[in-house]
Amino acid sequence: MKIRINDHQLIQWIQGLITKFQVFYPLQDANSGVVHIQKATGSLNSDAILKPVSGVPKTSIKTFFMPQPEVIARFSIAAQDAEAFVLKEPGTALQTQVLLNIRPCDARSVALNSMPYAEDPYFQKMLKRTVIIGRPCDETCSTCFCELVGGSPHGTEGMDLVILKTEDGLALEVLTQKGADFLKQNPCAESAGLQPTPQQQGGQELPIVAREMQKKDLLALYNASFWPQIAEACINCGACTFLCPTCYCFDIQDEVAGTKGVRLRYWDSCMFPLFTLHASGHNPRGQKVQRVRNRFMHKFKYFPDRFGPVSCVGCGRCVKDCPVNIDIREVISLMQAV
Amino acid sequence: MTVKHAELTQEIQRQAKELLASGEVAAFLGFSAGSLPMTTRPFVARTPQEAERLVWNSFCTVNLANYLPALLKSLEPPRSPKDPPPTGPLPKVGVLATGCWSRNIVVQIQENQVDRSRLVILGVPSRGMVDRKKVLAALQGKEVLEAQEDDHSLRLKGKWGETELSRWAVVRDNCQSCRHPNPVLFDRLLDAASERQAQAPFSQIEAIEAMSSDERWQWFQQAFASCIRCYACRNACPLCYCSTCFVDDNRPQWVGKALNAPDVLTFHILRAFHCAGRCTDCGACESVCPMGIKVRLLTQKLSKDILTLFGAEAGMDVSVPPPFTTYAPSDQNPFECDTCSSKGKKE
Amino acid sequence: MFDQKNPYLPYSVIIDDIVVETEDKSLKTFKLVIEDEGIRQNWNHTPGQFAMLSVPGKGEAAIGIASSPTEKGYLLFTVSRIGSLTTALHQLPKGARIGVRGPLGNGFPVNSEFKGKNIVVIAGGYAFTTLRATIVYLLAHRQDYGKITLIYGARTPGMLLYRNELKDWEQSGLVECHITVDREAPGWNGIVGFVPAVTERVAPAPENSVAVVCGPPIMIKFTMPALEKTGWKDEQIYLSLENRMKCGLGVCGHCNVGPVYVCKDGPVFTRARVKGLPVEF
Ligand SMILES: Cc1cc2nc3c(=O)[nH]c(=O)nc-3n(C[C@H](O)[C@H](O)[C@H](O)COP(=O)(O)OP(=O)(O)OC[C@H]3O[C@@H](n4cnc5c(N)ncnc54)[C@H](O)[C@@H]3O)c2cc1C
Ligand code: SF4
Ligand code: SF4
Ligand code: SF4
Ligand code: SF4
Ligand code: SF4
Ligand code: FES
Repeated sequence: MKIRINDHQLIQWIQGLITKFQVFYPLQDANSGVVHIQKATGSLNSDAILKPVSGVPKTSIKTFFMPQPEVIARFSIAAQDAEAFVLKEPGTALQTQVLLNIRPCDARSVALNSMPYAEDPYFQKMLKRTVIIGRPCDETCSTCFCELVGGSPHGTEGMDLVILKTEDGLALEVLTQKGADFLKQNPCAESAGLQPTPQQQGGQELPIVAREMQKKDLLALYNASFWPQIAEACINCGACTFLCPTCYCFDIQDEVAGTKGVRLRYWDSCMFPLFTLHASGHNPRGQKVQRVRNRFMHKFKYFPDRFGPVSCVGCGRCVKDCPVNIDIREVISLMQAV
Repeated sequence: MTVKHAELTQEIQRQAKELLASGEVAAFLGFSAGSLPMTTRPFVARTPQEAERLVWNSFCTVNLANYLPALLKSLEPPRSPKDPPPTGPLPKVGVLATGCWSRNIVVQIQENQVDRSRLVILGVPSRGMVDRKKVLAALQGKEVLEAQEDDHSLRLKGKWGETELSRWAVVRDNCQSCRHPNPVLFDRLLDAASERQAQAPFSQIEAIEAMSSDERWQWFQQAFASCIRCYACRNACPLCYCSTCFVDDNRPQWVGKALNAPDVLTFHILRAFHCAGRCTDCGACESVCPMGIKVRLLTQKLSKDILTLFGAEAGMDVSVPPPFTTYAPSDQNPFECDTCSSKGKKE
Repeated sequence: MFDQKNPYLPYSVIIDDIVVETEDKSLKTFKLVIEDEGIRQNWNHTPGQFAMLSVPGKGEAAIGIASSPTEKGYLLFTVSRIGSLTTALHQLPKGARIGVRGPLGNGFPVNSEFKGKNIVVIAGGYAFTTLRATIVYLLAHRQDYGKITLIYGARTPGMLLYRNELKDWEQSGLVECHITVDREAPGWNGIVGFVPAVTERVAPAPENSVAVVCGPPIMIKFTMPALEKTGWKDEQIYLSLENRMKCGLGVCGHCNVGPVYVCKDGPVFTRARVKGLPVEF
């Protein structure tokens, strides 16, 4: 269900949300022209909210679901402490956070990441506390390819609410029960009582590329001859994986200050040699080409084999910001041709 | 494409083809066209046909020297770590080198990372490379769908229309402040030497030095606040070849791994120090940073200090030992710290 | 996955006993007792499963469970001192508190495919740990299995693990033991030679049998042809893979071999399954 709203009502509503919650939205930096997700403050940039710059912000919204770093446990190492060396829940109170003007690709990434993280208590808590207010793309960028990987510039997967453009203004549509509850508590214009629009039930159809890859022989893809050429220029940095909304790998480490310790998890990347290094010194993916291949194979073969969809939403970040212009779209076509 | 760069592209292709066809080199390291406007890809041509894909333009911002050690090694006969090093002549690599890259090759030779006799260096006097991020800023973030370069201008097109920018205005900071655009080490030079010479090479550094120490601390924290620790800066740098970088070491663990300010800043400051006296200000680290962080301001500060203290510049001459591997009685060496005014031991 | 609300939080355990296993002191067996009585009593696992041992402040490491689920009230882990966490663990005294997160992974199919079969256990070096768990388990349910054969090798007699138990098994006659060391050594009257050669010599028959093979990659590589020669099929051979692990839950991405997560889908795989995977282990 949706209601019409006007610009003024939308801004007023968001002004109200800011007083109660942490609200984040994409905002363009005037000097660099780069769009970053910023925390909304009292001095709201209404223009940026009403007419967001097309395309995706520099970094994805995964940091709101997998904070970098995230405390997963606390402990004491004080000898006299009866509970020393016992790991406990961090016990951080998590308030509602609102992500505003989120593009369909980024919203969909949350749905995709929820598959491997289905039983992850931290991720699930983050999901619960987050309300995603989406914004379809009226204009796409040359690096966008959401449709190829099963999304759409007008898709709503992963969103709780969506702000739509109509012929004569804006509309607010409720997509999930969470969105409906949120609107009930924080009404916008005449939104009280809005129920979620019934969503397509059951298995959404997989994009062709996912079905194609599922059918391909694992080792034929793995042993394809093009991997060394693709890998040649790669500098094995973490730019592609850290900017990617659907890369979700992490590392765990303890940090101790004085007698207090925390167990942290933080982003890791299969591009780094350390990722797979055994304590013995043996490294199953010691060569650059193996790591480059793993990134693409994970996204387009291993993930579909396990979960169905491909682990890419076509946001184009890795295309834009790879320092040596390794273009995932070219790799997909090569893989499709195997 | 600019007349100059179009000519150079032709010349590079011609010479690379010739080197590959004659068998003088087994591989030729240059750039091929990227898939987006204003991008190029480091590219290894192994056949004369492949050499036709080589390009030269204002967007060749990645330092090719970075690829040399691995490329040379890949052309050696396979052997296990215990086997003796191969004897006899090994396959050669042709490589393009601007002023800074050639200086990086000098450093690599001095540090035994590459073997000079296996390189055929095609020197290219540099006209300065363009910073994509400056173009983006000039266009207020509007997407470029087509870019054409002339000798002194860039013509950019997008859904929003078309505009022209002065090329020099969007050339990278390190190229604008460059004093050595001409290769210092080469086998063939592809163009007449460049005359350009930055007048105030350290102006960016001087501006920071002029700040109070509080302001500088603010600046430092601010400047690296958006770092995502992707390590592109480190990995693009031809000096950063350590098999285990200090940030990756876990026994002892020098720095924490997460995005906490002290750890991020420690990484940057330590990396800069590891490059002291070796950095050629090629700007690759800064060009590759996805977050637009001005990484080379740290290394350039050290270059400035080393120039003032020891009169040394990295990689200018293979026969001159790097400043930190040698000692001269005339070195400034007071062992005094002007911040804490403690005096070191005087022997 | 084990039954706990937050699978990232280890159970607190106390080091109840420490046994130095080998002459070079690089391997110690830790006897751990879970502090919470309810959890201790409800603990169950399958031989071949592992757990993350946690030294708060140092981190975690994946270690195979060396005790059998039939040994109640405590857990055994035999740990090689190799890196930061394992070194810290080796320095801890009896009575210290650490953490155990598990059991994780699949384990050997002792209650399905193994039932009623002859079991050949082939081990090299300290990879013997989860195979000790397996043998103890098999012996506790002796009537459910056929003949049990053990081929186990170490560099020197002093590097053999669980020496007292080996003796017991041998003397009881319940396990046919072929214990070997790489080179002649003073006081050693047993077999001398590498595990693959011994395997070829004793040539266990493949009929109605399964083999579990754990050890260094080089040992596994050369043991396979020895088994093939005597007619063993890939489906009968079980291997345990060892990749770098962080979460142990199939989430963090570290341990993948192609589409498979060693921590969740493994660490135990048939050789047939391994052959269908990229060689990334
Ligand atoms: C299923 C399985 C069963 C195993 N069973 C046994 C067993 O029974 N007995 C046994 O002795 N061993 C066993 N191992 C091997 C054991 O897990 C490793 O030896 C152990 O992880 C070494 O840990 P360490 O901290 O001492 O070594 P280190 O080399 O110090 O570190 C290795 C671990 O530390 C972390 N690490 C290292 N460097 C870094 C870094 N730079 N940044 C972040 N993290 C880092 C990683 O977690 C890595 O896994 C098993 C492994 C697996 C997968
Ligand atoms: S961003 Fe590009 S260079 Fe960096 S690891 Fe990814 S593919 Fe390689
Ligand atoms: S792989 Fe690239 S295009 Fe796909 S979701 Fe990640 S960053 Fe976006
Ligand atoms: S591509 Fe690599 S870093 Fe990204 S999710 Fe897959 S395994 Fe993890
Ligand atoms: S530190 Fe930066 S500027 Fe200096 S040589 Fe390395 S990449 Fe070039
Ligand atoms: S390239 Fe940029 S974001 Fe990446 S580590 Fe370096 S400074 Fe940080
Ligand atoms: S250890 Fe995390 S996925 Fe296996």
